[in-house]
Amino acid sequence: MTVDITLIEEDQVTGPSGAPMTGVMPSVPRRRRRPGRFVFLRNSKAVAGLVILGFFTLIAIVGPWIAPYDPSAQSDDILQPPSWEHWMGTTHLGQDVLSQLIVGTRGVMVVGFVAGILATFIGVVVGVTAGFIGGVGDESLSALSNIFLVIPQLPLIIIIAGQLPSAGGLTVAVVIAVTGWAWGARVLRAQTLSLRKRDFVEAARANGERTWRIVMAEILPNLTAIIASGFVGTVTFAVLSLITLAFIGIGSGGDWNWGTILFWAQSQLALQRGAWWWFIPAGLCIALLGMALTLINFGIDEFVNPRLRSTGLHARTMRKRGIRPRIGFTPVVHRAPGAGAGTAASVARSTSAPLAKEDRA
Amino acid sequence: MRFIGRRLAFYVITLWAAVTINFFIPRLMPGDPVKALIAKNQGRISTDAMDSLYALFGLDQQVPLWQQYLDYWRTLLSGDLGVSFAYFPTPVSDLINQALPWTVGLVGVATIISFVIGTLIGTGIGWRRGTWADSLLPISTFFSAVPYFWLALIAIFVFSVTLGWFPASGSYDRSLVPGWSWEFVGSVIYYGTLPALTIVISSIAGWILGMRNMVVTVSSEDYVTVAQAKGLSERAVRTGYAARNAVLPQVSSFALSLGFIVGGTLIMEMVFSYQGIGFMLFNAVNAKDYPLMQGCFLVITIAVLVANILADFVYAALDPRTRQEG
Repeated sequence: MTVDITLIEEDQVTGPSGAPMTGVMPSVPRRRRRPGRFVFLRNSKAVAGLVILGFFTLIAIVGPWIAPYDPSAQSDDILQPPSWEHWMGTTHLGQDVLSQLIVGTRGVMVVGFVAGILATFIGVVVGVTAGFIGGVGDESLSALSNIFLVIPQLPLIIIIAGQLPSAGGLTVAVVIAVTGWAWGARVLRAQTLSLRKRDFVEAARANGERTWRIVMAEILPNLTAIIASGFVGTVTFAVLSLITLAFIGIGSGGDWNWGTILFWAQSQLALQRGAWWWFIPAGLCIALLGMALTLINFGIDEFVNPRLRSTGLHARTMRKRGIRPRIGFTPVVHRAPGAGAGTAASVARSTSAPLAKEDRA
Repeated sequence: MRFIGRRLAFYVITLWAAVTINFFIPRLMPGDPVKALIAKNQGRISTDAMDSLYALFGLDQQVPLWQQYLDYWRTLLSGDLGVSFAYFPTPVSDLINQALPWTVGLVGVATIISFVIGTLIGTGIGWRRGTWADSLLPISTFFSAVPYFWLALIAIFVFSVTLGWFPASGSYDRSLVPGWSWEFVGSVIYYGTLPALTIVISSIAGWILGMRNMVVTVSSEDYVTVAQAKGLSERAVRTGYAARNAVLPQVSSFALSLGFIVGGTLIMEMVFSYQGIGFMLFNAVNAKDYPLMQGCFLVITIAVLVANILADFVYAALDPRTRQEG
C-alpha cells in the first residue's frame, strides 16, 4: 500500500474520520531533505498493522495445507482442553479447534476483501460523481448515501441473507458490499467537493481536458489515502458482519470461518461447560485482525493529518526533552541556524496564532 | 426552523426507502418460501390474515406491481404486519409490542450512558494529548475491533458462569409477576446490568476516539488560544470553548452511527436471550418466520429514525448556527 507523498502538502484534508479540519496547517519552513518514497512505512502503527494483516493473508492462502487435522473430522477426544495433540483443544465432536481456526481464516479474508473492494468501488463511483457534478445529482446521490447510512445495516443484511435460499460466502460479501458503501461515499464526496475548485483542477479544465481525464488524473490520485482508509474500514466492517452472521447461523453454507466456530461454541453450551478454549481463540483472532486494520487506518490518518501525527509520534520524545504538551501548540523541532551540529533547539510553535508563549526546553 | 424541517423531510424519505426495500426484498428472492409456509398451515390461517400476507409478500402474481405496492402501504398503515408463523397465530405487531419496550430500555439507556461517558473521557484524553493519556488509545482500539457478541460471551463466562454474580440469560426473575413493584423493577435492573455493561464497554471506544480527535483539532483553534490568553481557568477553556465545539460533530456522528450500534447491540440480546427485538429477530431467522423478520426490520429502522430525530433536536439546541434563518 503505497500512498502518494504529495498528500502531505495538501492543506485542509478532511480526515477519514469525517472530522472537518477548519484550521490552516502550520507553515513549517520547508527545509526538509528529500522525503523517501515510503514515508508511510516509517509509521510504526501502519507497519505493525501491515505485518499482522500479512500474517493472516498468508494463513488464508496456505491454511488447508498446514492445518494439523481436518477441521470437520470427528474423533474420540471430546471437549479436551489444550494439549500437545490439540493445541487449542477440541469441540464436542472431537474436532480440532486450531484446525478450524486455520482453515476458517480463508473464508474471513476472502469475504472481507471481496466486500471491501466492491463497497469501495461503489463508494468511489457514487462519492466522486456526487462531489464532482454538484447540483441536483449531488443532492440526490448524497441523500441516497445518507439513507443507507441511517438504515441499520446489520438487520438489513440479516433479513436479506436470511431470505436467500442458499447464502454462501460470496453472496454474503455482495450483500455486505451493497449495504455498506455509504460511509466511504460520504467522505469521498466531501473531499471531492473541496478538490473541485482547486487551482490545478481549474487549470486542467481551462486546458480543455475532458471531464473523464480530470477525474481520473487530477481528482482520484489526490483521494488515494481516503480511498485506502475507506477500504480498510469497510474490510473491518465486512469481517465483523460476516462473523456476526455466521454466529447467528446465517450464510456460512457449511464452510468454516471464525464465526461458525463461535456459533457451535454458543449452541453447544461451551460457556456453561467451561470450555474457554473453544471461543476465546476465535475472538482473539477477530480482535487481532480488526486491530491490524485499525492500526493501518491510524497510520493513514496520521499520514494525511499531520496534526494527529505530530501528537502521536512525539509523546515520548517530548517527555524526554522535557517539553510539557500544551493545548494549541504543536512542538516542532528544528536546528537553530549557526548552532553546532547535533544541538537541536526545541521551540514550541503555535499552530494557529503567533502570540504564543514559548516553552523552553 | 429550517434545519429541523429539512431533517424531517430527509427522515420521511428514509422511511419511505426502508419500506420500499422491505417491499422488494421478498419479491426479488428466488423461490416462494412464504407460499410453502402458508400451504403448511392450510386451513389454520383466517382469510383476513391470508389477505395481509398476500399483500405483504406479493404472492398474488396476477396483480400488477404498483397495485401490490399500494396494497402493501395500505396494509402497513393500518398497523397490520401479518401473522407470525413461529408463534402462530399471534399477529406480528403484538409480538413486537411486547418486545420493543425491553429493547428501548436496555439498548437506549446503555447507548446514552456509553455516549456520555465516552465523550467525557475523550475530552480528557484529547486535552492532555501527548501524555500518559494517549496510552489509553490502543486499549480502546482493541475494544472497537472486537465483535460485540464475543465480549458478551466473555462477560457471561466470567461474571455468570465462573463468578456467579449475574444471571447468564433472561430479562427478569421468572417467578415474579411483571408489574410496577419494587421487587420486579429490581429484578429487571439486576438482570439488565450485565448486558448493559457489555454494551457500554464495547461501544464506548468509538466515542472516546472520535471526541479525542475532535478536541485535538479544536484545541488549536484561535478562539481557544485567545481564551487561554485571557487567563480563563483551564476548566472553563476546556468545557466552554474546546469541548463545546468538539461535541458538535460527535452528536452528528452519534446520529449517523446509531444504525451500526443498534445492529451490534441486537446481537447482544441474542447472546443474553434478552427478550427484545434482537432476540426476536434471531428466533425469526432460525424459524424462517418471514413476516416476523420483516416486521422486526421495519420497527428497528423506525426506532433508529426516531432516535436520529432526537439527536437532531439536541444538535439544534447545541449549535446556534442551525437556528439562524437564512
